[in-house]
Amino acid sequence: MDFPFELFLNAIISGLLLGGFYAAVTAGVSISFGMLDIVNIAHPGFIILGSYIAYLLSASLGLDPILVSVLMLPVFYALGCVVYQVYYLAFEKRGQEALRGLAFFFGLLFVTEVGLILVFGVDYRYVEAAYIGPALHFGFVDLPLRMLIPCAVALALFGLLQLFITRTFTGRAIMAVSQDQLALQLMAADPIRIKRIAFGISIAIAGVAGALLVVIQPVEPSVGREYIGRIFAICVLGGLGSLPGTLLAAMLLGVMESLTSTFYGPSWAPAVAFGFLLLTLAVRPAGLFGR
Amino acid sequence: MSTFKFSLLSFAVGLIVFAVGHALDIGYLFFAGYTILQFVVLATAWNILGGYCGYVNFGSAAFFGLGAYTSVFFYKLDAVPLPIPALILAGGIVTGIVGFGMGYLTLRLRGAFFAIATLAMAVVLQTLIVNWDFVGGSRGAYILRPESLEIGRLSLPYIEYLFLLMLLLSVVALGISRAIERSQLGFGFATIRDDELAAEASGVPTLKLKLIATTLSGALMGMAGAPFPYYIGFLQPSSAFGLEYGVNSIAMPMIGGTTSWIGPLVGSLLLGTLQQVATVTISSAVNLLIVGLLLVTFVVIAPNGLVGLVQQHLRARRKP
Repeated sequence: MDFPFELFLNAIISGLLLGGFYAAVTAGVSISFGMLDIVNIAHPGFIILGSYIAYLLSASLGLDPILVSVLMLPVFYALGCVVYQVYYLAFEKRGQEALRGLAFFFGLLFVTEVGLILVFGVDYRYVEAAYIGPALHFGFVDLPLRMLIPCAVALALFGLLQLFITRTFTGRAIMAVSQDQLALQLMAADPIRIKRIAFGISIAIAGVAGALLVVIQPVEPSVGREYIGRIFAICVLGGLGSLPGTLLAAMLLGVMESLTSTFYGPSWAPAVAFGFLLLTLAVRPAGLFGR
Repeated sequence: MSTFKFSLLSFAVGLIVFAVGHALDIGYLFFAGYTILQFVVLATAWNILGGYCGYVNFGSAAFFGLGAYTSVFFYKLDAVPLPIPALILAGGIVTGIVGFGMGYLTLRLRGAFFAIATLAMAVVLQTLIVNWDFVGGSRGAYILRPESLEIGRLSLPYIEYLFLLMLLLSVVALGISRAIERSQLGFGFATIRDDELAAEASGVPTLKLKLIATTLSGALMGMAGAPFPYYIGFLQPSSAFGLEYGVNSIAMPMIGGTTSWIGPLVGSLLLGTLQQVATVTISSAVNLLIVGLLLVTFVVIAPNGLVGLVQQHLRARRKP
């Protein structure tokens, strides 16, 4: 059998589209884990919460799921601020973030998941929109709009975030707090406030990523677990806290997963991310694009 | 009290519980008791690495599931039906080796990375098992359990036999963790938890100690999982590697208190019983919600768990 070139090319392209989406999923953790050193394992929980809110509002009010997510940005931002405030008071202030902070987020993830199961059940939920279904065809290459639109939104979001971080005062302050908290304090800026803003942004992005997720695939509460590995694999691979690195790593992982599920079967796909993560952690913890 | 005396005493307490259960002749009591004891072992094992060394292991389910699947493997091999104590030993050896390997690969990482790596390992192992047809793959595997165990003329219902084994195992786990706490090993672990860099600088062989902790903790978790297929009768990857094992084995020590062997015991007895009651009276999803909420509440409000609260109370009373 000669090499199935068309299949290969299609797998790479859908991998790139998937990678764009993964970038949006990871961006939040890149901020919270990479820059603020807060190991927010509950991030996938917030993503799934975003999916369900998008599902709920688009099913009941007929709104577009992605539009819903943009409207929900302030809500998720506020949620993030509250979570950070609790985390700060209970753990960071007492210097106990290592053991108990981790357990706190783990519990949070679990509570979100079980809470969603209790409210919505374990059935898969999906949304309806005009762009779910049709695909663009270029020769033998298929571009399903269901993937293309989330990827485009994700990339736009990513671009905005990069601009915000590098160009605005608050963004630069976030970078500063990740590098030297004491120095920031000496310059009369409040590191806790900056961190709260940054964490709020990271959760707000999780909300948008959740809406993109429910456009891409039907969602049930425990889907989030699969994303823990992906998110942290991408984040570590991209060099903690580097947004361009995160984007590249996300694309890389997307392509690898897509190739694996095309040629070996989808049941192997989850192991790719986690295996890659283990390998990265064991061999080069600074990531491919580490500082 | 020496470790030996302690073990004898705790086993005697367990035997009394067993005798009462046997006399009452309520099979359900043993079903519920088995699960609770299983959590005692898991929580104690988790605490050896998590509580003493300060390394959070999210992958308890991986060790538990691997232990369970070791039993399934030997069952499917179908050469000689191994007795369950042998299976427990085999499960312990396999997961001990995996624990050692995981420790070797990941313990040079900072705490948070270690935690994420353990979570990753759980998913990788689950994927491997899902794709391994010999042990049933994603379809799961049926295990035919004998009705009862015959020793000579004595006949013991199988569930009571499993309960006894788990009782023995939890005594062993508690004995080990109590012995560690009072030995040089335990002090070494505590230095790692408090300041790893300083410990390293003053000549504590941190990597070696951490490897001992991961191996021991992994082996005990695997041993807790080994009889599980015989208990449940039908094993699926999603049930053997369920997240609830990961959450429970963190929540129980955290709620009980992580600094001593009593904490995980108290936590697992309380939380385990509460869950059994909640599963029967409300629903199994609600009981998981309770565990999650309790975990979050306790780490925020009572960082040293119930044991810490009691100690605080005693100290306050002593100083008028």
